[in-house]
Amino acid sequence: MFAYLLRRIGYALPIMAGVALVCFALVHLAPGDPLVSILPPDASADLAAQMRTLYGFDRSYPEQFAVWVWRALQGDLGTSIASGRPVTTEVMTAVGNTLRLAVLATFIGFVLGSLFGFVGGYFQRAWPDRLASTLAVLGVSVPHYWLGMVMVIIFSAILGWLPATGGGPGDKDWAWDWNHLQYMVLPAITMSVIPMGIIARTVRALVAEILAQEFIVGLRAKGLTHLGIFAHVVKNAAPTALAVMGLQLGYLLGGSILIETVFAWPGTGFLLNSAIFQRDLPLLQGTILVLAMFFVVLNLLVDMLQTLLDPRIARA
Amino acid sequence: MTRPLLPRLLPCAALSLAALLSAPAALAQEKVLRIAMTAADIPRTLGQPDQGFEGNRFTGIPMYDALTHWDLSKADAASVLIPGLATSWAVDAKDKTKWVFKLRPGVKFHDGSELNADSVVWNVRKVLDKDAVHFDASQVGVTASRMPTLRSARKIDNLTVELTTSEPDAFLPLNLTNLFIASPAHWQKKFDAASSANPGATPADKAKAAWTAFAADASGSGPFKMARFVARERLELVPNKTYWDPKRTPKVDRVVLLPMPEANARTAAIMSGQVDWIEAPSPDAMAAIQGRGHKIYFNQQPHVWPWQLSFAEGSPWLDKRVRQAANLCVDRTGLLKLLGGMMGSPKGTVPPGHPWWGNPKFDIRYDVAAGKKLMEEAGHTPAKPLKVKVQISASGSGQMQPLPMNEFVQQSLKQCGFDVQFDVIEWNTLFTNWRKGAKDPSANGANAINVSFAAMDPFFAMVRFTSTKTFPPVSNNWGYFGNAEFDKLIADARTSFDDKARDAALAKLHARIVEEAPFVWIAHDVGPRAIAAKVKGVVQPRSWFIDLAPVTVD
Repeated sequence: MFAYLLRRIGYALPIMAGVALVCFALVHLAPGDPLVSILPPDASADLAAQMRTLYGFDRSYPEQFAVWVWRALQGDLGTSIASGRPVTTEVMTAVGNTLRLAVLATFIGFVLGSLFGFVGGYFQRAWPDRLASTLAVLGVSVPHYWLGMVMVIIFSAILGWLPATGGGPGDKDWAWDWNHLQYMVLPAITMSVIPMGIIARTVRALVAEILAQEFIVGLRAKGLTHLGIFAHVVKNAAPTALAVMGLQLGYLLGGSILIETVFAWPGTGFLLNSAIFQRDLPLLQGTILVLAMFFVVLNLLVDMLQTLLDPRIARA
Repeated sequence: MTRPLLPRLLPCAALSLAALLSAPAALAQEKVLRIAMTAADIPRTLGQPDQGFEGNRFTGIPMYDALTHWDLSKADAASVLIPGLATSWAVDAKDKTKWVFKLRPGVKFHDGSELNADSVVWNVRKVLDKDAVHFDASQVGVTASRMPTLRSARKIDNLTVELTTSEPDAFLPLNLTNLFIASPAHWQKKFDAASSANPGATPADKAKAAWTAFAADASGSGPFKMARFVARERLELVPNKTYWDPKRTPKVDRVVLLPMPEANARTAAIMSGQVDWIEAPSPDAMAAIQGRGHKIYFNQQPHVWPWQLSFAEGSPWLDKRVRQAANLCVDRTGLLKLLGGMMGSPKGTVPPGHPWWGNPKFDIRYDVAAGKKLMEEAGHTPAKPLKVKVQISASGSGQMQPLPMNEFVQQSLKQCGFDVQFDVIEWNTLFTNWRKGAKDPSANGANAINVSFAAMDPFFAMVRFTSTKTFPPVSNNWGYFGNAEFDKLIADARTSFDDKARDAALAKLHARIVEEAPFVWIAHDVGPRAIAAKVKGVVQPRSWFIDLAPVTVD
């Protein structure tokens, strides 16, 4: 088990290095001037050159990359060109906001997805299966930003039940009360529809497959109740369902640029949107790097959890 | 012995309930104005805002003063220059590169320190003197480019300061509306705190930390003070009760500024009552917003949406008749309909009645017959059209609705014998190309470019597009338009130090620009904003800016 974990961590290190290189290269390949947010196009050529020197953009790309990686290893992702604030602070604040939203969205998606999946799997080709499958297909097919807008129109603009946008009532610290939670309801539901659909379809297929296996026939022959059999199905489906949930959480942690922009939720998607539009390279690089690292670490954690649930994986 | 839990909890519960009940009452008494900006982040708060003129509008002008101000008190006249922290100014009679500014006595920053000549010198050095401890590279770009000739400042006495320019420049007082004066004493406190927290840091790192701390707890001398700042979420401003201009003492108790870049999100926010004011509402939601009893404000704005034409060798626009024909063949009334009325029909870069108007001999209007005639004289007809290629963006700050608008103009020009093709590129790339010029490979064969611009001061409105000194890559004369005549007109304006003489010189320049038509003037933005009916006292001037001080909330 320990050797397996060490091996998995060993695999993660080159992935992280590769991610850093790809992230730096992609950001610099994009067209546009990195100083566009602080240097108007009417600035003189001398001033533009002076600013490039001050921000280190006059150095060669390998040199810029080396400096960036060296600082990142020490926890310093640089300073946002547009806001002047440290990128690490900016990203971690946004990650906190997105994490809150992503966890709730994943929870909703996992609960509903599992419910629809089990119902579909248990009642194959009957109407509950058709209903659950329709909802699952809708979940992965409906453009979520459109769904978000529709929900805003209905629940905010028409009914006035929930706030249309924002990350909270503006208090300094987040609190788990209705005053704050109401800001999460619409974006979390919107964000949960894709994981819900994916988890439902995965679980449905798994349950159908498990139910067709011989050990289920054996359990039935032994006279196990439906609940007992259900417990065995859950136990066998759990590792895969968890892996899918972990991946979905990873995707959602990246923040949905569209959803967070529609709801002005101050998470990583909103931050990326802002960084892209302002060509804020340090912020863009730092955010992508942190999110990619989260994804790598999350995969690692899911692998470990799967190994705990099913020790055969470590032996494989 | 432990006391039972319930009696211990009861007083706490009662207090909490009382606090809960009294809080809404207290909030109800407070008159709060909540504004949704188009920016994706709070514009920088340390004195020199980013995010273009929206930054100046919401974190510059409310929190800070400049030496000179724009008059934002009238909706029916051009916004003109008025005294700000300087009560008067004059150029040196012998050396026209030196200006003397007399400062307003008794002005205090929000931290209680006094404004004096040292404060002004300190604020000039923050962006122009790399050796100053408080020099901040991040503020240089947005400041120095807006006052390109300013070189240094010197204290004469406590309330008199001398500014020096690189060449005689009558535009300096106009440019100085962009230099916001921050409190040196407050910054010094932040610097000292940074020094105590990290004594081993370099002075540059301490200064950087001081500016970051200053941005989160700013101090200017404007009518509003910073009360609360949550990065990327909100900025709260409260009145500066001791503001030096009683006419601009704020009427609301608090202004809350929220970044909301998505137009539909802003629209939903005002429809749901979450905010009282939104910038740039979604054009197709105007009727619905008004249906809820909210009001749409708009006015002429010095925001020009043109095609800037190329004068490079081989350009189809080298013939003046073609340029004038294009200006005559754009159906601006139809375009106005397309935009739901949210557009101004241009007669030039500035409108008639503006001090820089100048009565040009060429009248920009919709006259297909006259346009066709000019095109025929130039050898082009709808059957034998003239091919032109315009570089445009699909979206972008200040670009209004570039795709449908450009397609409309394309159809409009077709009737006069223009075959318009587009090269659609990403907004930041277009913006960068603007600086490279029509002869650069980035133009991709285009002989016109569609970048909207602010025309607040003479340099931005006219000089940068018409001087031979501003050919790429120096500035934005993308099309290489200019000659000795225009250079002389510009020089005359730059060296006319009396306000009336300067305006007269600029009027001559503007008239000649319109006559020569280096642009196809298509639209002026009108800066629409939707504001709840309970918000009163809003004056939307003919400016990019707006004064929040006289606004009240019922």
